[in-house]
Amino acid sequence: MPPIPVIRSDETVVRNRDSIMAALSRAVPGVKVIVDEPGRRAFETDALTAYRCPPLAVVLPATTLEVSAIMRFCHEQQVKVVARGAGTSLTGGALPSADTILLGLSRMNRILDVNFETRTARVEAGITNLAISAVAGAKNFFYAPDPSSQLACTLGGNIAMNSGGAHCLKYGVTTNNVLGVKIVMANGDIVEFGGDSLDPAGYDFLGLIVGSEGQFGVVTEATVRILRMAEGARPMLVGFPTAEAAGACVAAIIASGIIPVAMEYMDQPAIKVCEDFAHAGYPLDVEAMLIIEVEGSETEISALLEQISVIARQFEASTIRISQSEDEAAAIWKGRKSAFGALGRLSDYYCMDGVIPLGKLPEVLKASNRICEDYGLKVANIFHAGDGNLHPLIMFNANDPVEKQKAEDCGADILKLCVEAGGCLTGEHGVGIEKRDLMHVQFNAADLDQQMRVKKVFDPDWRLNPGKVFPLDAQKTFLESQAQTADG
Amino acid sequence: MVDVFAPRDERDVADLVAQAANSGTPLEVAGYRTKRLIGRPVNTGAALSTGELSGVTLYEPNELVISARPGTSLAQIESLLASNNQELAFEPIDLSRAVNKRPLGVSIGGVFATNASGPRRILRGAARDHLLGVRAVNGRGEVIKSGGRVMKNVTGVDLVRGLAGSWGTLGVLTEVTMKVLPKAEETRTLIFMNLPDEAAIGLMCAALGTPYEVSGTVHLQAPLAKRIADKDLADLGYSISALRLETFSASMLYRIDRLRRDLSPFGEVYELDHGRSLAFWSDMRGLSYLAGTWPLWRITVSPAKAAQLVGALRAIIDCRAAFDWSGGLIWLEVPPSMDANAADLRRIIGQFDADAMLIRAEPHVRAAVEVFQPLPEANMNLIRRLKHAFDPMGILNPGRMYAGV
Repeated sequence: MPPIPVIRSDETVVRNRDSIMAALSRAVPGVKVIVDEPGRRAFETDALTAYRCPPLAVVLPATTLEVSAIMRFCHEQQVKVVARGAGTSLTGGALPSADTILLGLSRMNRILDVNFETRTARVEAGITNLAISAVAGAKNFFYAPDPSSQLACTLGGNIAMNSGGAHCLKYGVTTNNVLGVKIVMANGDIVEFGGDSLDPAGYDFLGLIVGSEGQFGVVTEATVRILRMAEGARPMLVGFPTAEAAGACVAAIIASGIIPVAMEYMDQPAIKVCEDFAHAGYPLDVEAMLIIEVEGSETEISALLEQISVIARQFEASTIRISQSEDEAAAIWKGRKSAFGALGRLSDYYCMDGVIPLGKLPEVLKASNRICEDYGLKVANIFHAGDGNLHPLIMFNANDPVEKQKAEDCGADILKLCVEAGGCLTGEHGVGIEKRDLMHVQFNAADLDQQMRVKKVFDPDWRLNPGKVFPLDAQKTFLESQAQTADG
Repeated sequence: MVDVFAPRDERDVADLVAQAANSGTPLEVAGYRTKRLIGRPVNTGAALSTGELSGVTLYEPNELVISARPGTSLAQIESLLASNNQELAFEPIDLSRAVNKRPLGVSIGGVFATNASGPRRILRGAARDHLLGVRAVNGRGEVIKSGGRVMKNVTGVDLVRGLAGSWGTLGVLTEVTMKVLPKAEETRTLIFMNLPDEAAIGLMCAALGTPYEVSGTVHLQAPLAKRIADKDLADLGYSISALRLETFSASMLYRIDRLRRDLSPFGEVYELDHGRSLAFWSDMRGLSYLAGTWPLWRITVSPAKAAQLVGALRAIIDCRAAFDWSGGLIWLEVPPSMDANAADLRRIIGQFDADAMLIRAEPHVRAAVEVFQPLPEANMNLIRRLKHAFDPMGILNPGRMYAGV
């Protein structure tokens, strides 16, 4: 795969930066604007740090009305817009181009209403994921989707990417937990979809908006489901001599009727990295390890973990350790949750996010490890085993352009493998810029055209989060054909 | 009677739709056509049924996934799942008793095209939440796919949810892939009697605020409770509020004990054992309590406003209500009239941020009123534009949901 082409910018817009931004400040009095170079540099990348570009300017609105005024201004001036929450996207979802205004939502972080009776919370989009649970936690409620970045990432970003997490096998991903949104459209119109009731009338616009990666509009408020916490939760560690045994064990657990709240798979390199960092007591002599967590009362938890232990023994489990204390449980999770950080201390890495049918785990792991070997790159694998979401962490040296390219090619080959196995390119990170041109692997022209026609419903002038999600060649063909027929 | 085409494979569906698009012939799109009496009446030159496009195409119990062509019967899918102790967790409802006056089989395509979710929706999510992937033919006659067979998938625009609940107006489903879940080992039900609506909704919300995973909450006013299949309960003549617990047998005693204790302020409680519970909730899915003749509305609202809303309606309309989803879903029967009380009803529900859809009424009434909830102009504009993005010629179930859509 050639390097991801940088998004092309309109030089006229860039040259007119000062006059455009002065006009914006007049159109939206009092709004916080950053135009100086060091200030813009702070927003030049997200968590896909290999790609950088300072935006035309940064605007930090504080209210939906300000967002609306900014969007109307950009619509009239034909300026492109990239919305950004906390900038934790692993796929360049918040990467600006030189001619885009970057709209930062982080100041819009208020909780507007929490209703424990109806189990809903209405919040501004810039609130962090964990802050919702922190408020709900006062009465033992929580917001379920739990991406690893939940301390930093915003709900708005979660909605854009339809974020998941380790616990979504039981509780679903973002789209299953959002009841309503207030969204500012490309022309500045404010539209609401859904609200505090279930399954709103009309087409499922909520479903289309969640996961639309900033292509459709700017979500400024949302109503989300909050859930009562289980009485307790406890993890266990199970070590296996082979990936096959671990995969078969996961299948057997599900077949037995138990749906653990989390089943996290780590391969040997991942175990070692995490153990060195967190000292969680992970077994170092196994090929694969599962962290399995169940919920309920103390008695229920014990019974379920015992049942799972019985199953695990049938699959050659060499280590079975049931957490005996809060501290031990915390240590077990600390190892897993710090995996990305722990690996980051050792090497640059590229985090993949493919999904595969669970039954294909052993063969896909074998093939993907072979792909990495062929590229001469090391890899550690972390896997949400319950739902098939595979995170190979491909290690490389970012200062070596050849190796960086190798890592991207290697990642692309692994994702192709996932699609061929019956899975998909991305389970929770989104397409962004990173997997944009791989979309051809999963979708044909008719599929992509239909997606782009829906994009055009929301963003007729194609100015929101430009150059992402849809392959550039497909975008070009689509827009040319639209211009010819003038028929959506 | 119009010509009904029942293609047997996806290619034929695509050809048929492409021809219709070329000639500008509107098509009535349906599965078994059991919901023809719901929604706005459609006038088309021809009908396309997916009823013959049937069969399970993939079932991996250990991966919690099943795929089927849209004309596969729900009964067939549920019996196959049951043989592996699994189920569709959103518990699709069957409107045929309420609408067609007798139980009819429904197709799996129809379930997703109408996003038909039952009582367990409150815990486990709606039909659209369990739909993992679709294949469909859009209004241009192009085969499109979205989603897939894996549990997590954020690749591209989520057309899966766009198509769910679109009543065949955006595309013709040709395959659906669903998430399935294990059936619970044991089910029990707590029944509270004679609670007024407000107390019952308080009870149901309190139950869902416990950590015991209550998986069904319904409250039937006395006139509707009389119609349920459990004769002993029906004959009491009271309103009935029911809470369902489903879990492992080893957990059941503990959970039901705790729940009874937590909810004791709501009064005396009766317990239905496993067998009677299964029958009771099967009856709730079958909606026998809605098998009346008066016009029937389906209203969705925040549970916090549900009792007040029904109170406001009762002040001017002689209506009967049942509440599901802890009060968030209201089924309302109103006396027959020229407009099924649409004008009064919509004016009042507007004060409670509620949506209402007319489920049962004579065709002339359904033709005269907005059957689906009219939305603000900004939303209606997007609805029209989305329709155009899938079906530019406007040939798929035109006018079924909204005039001109």
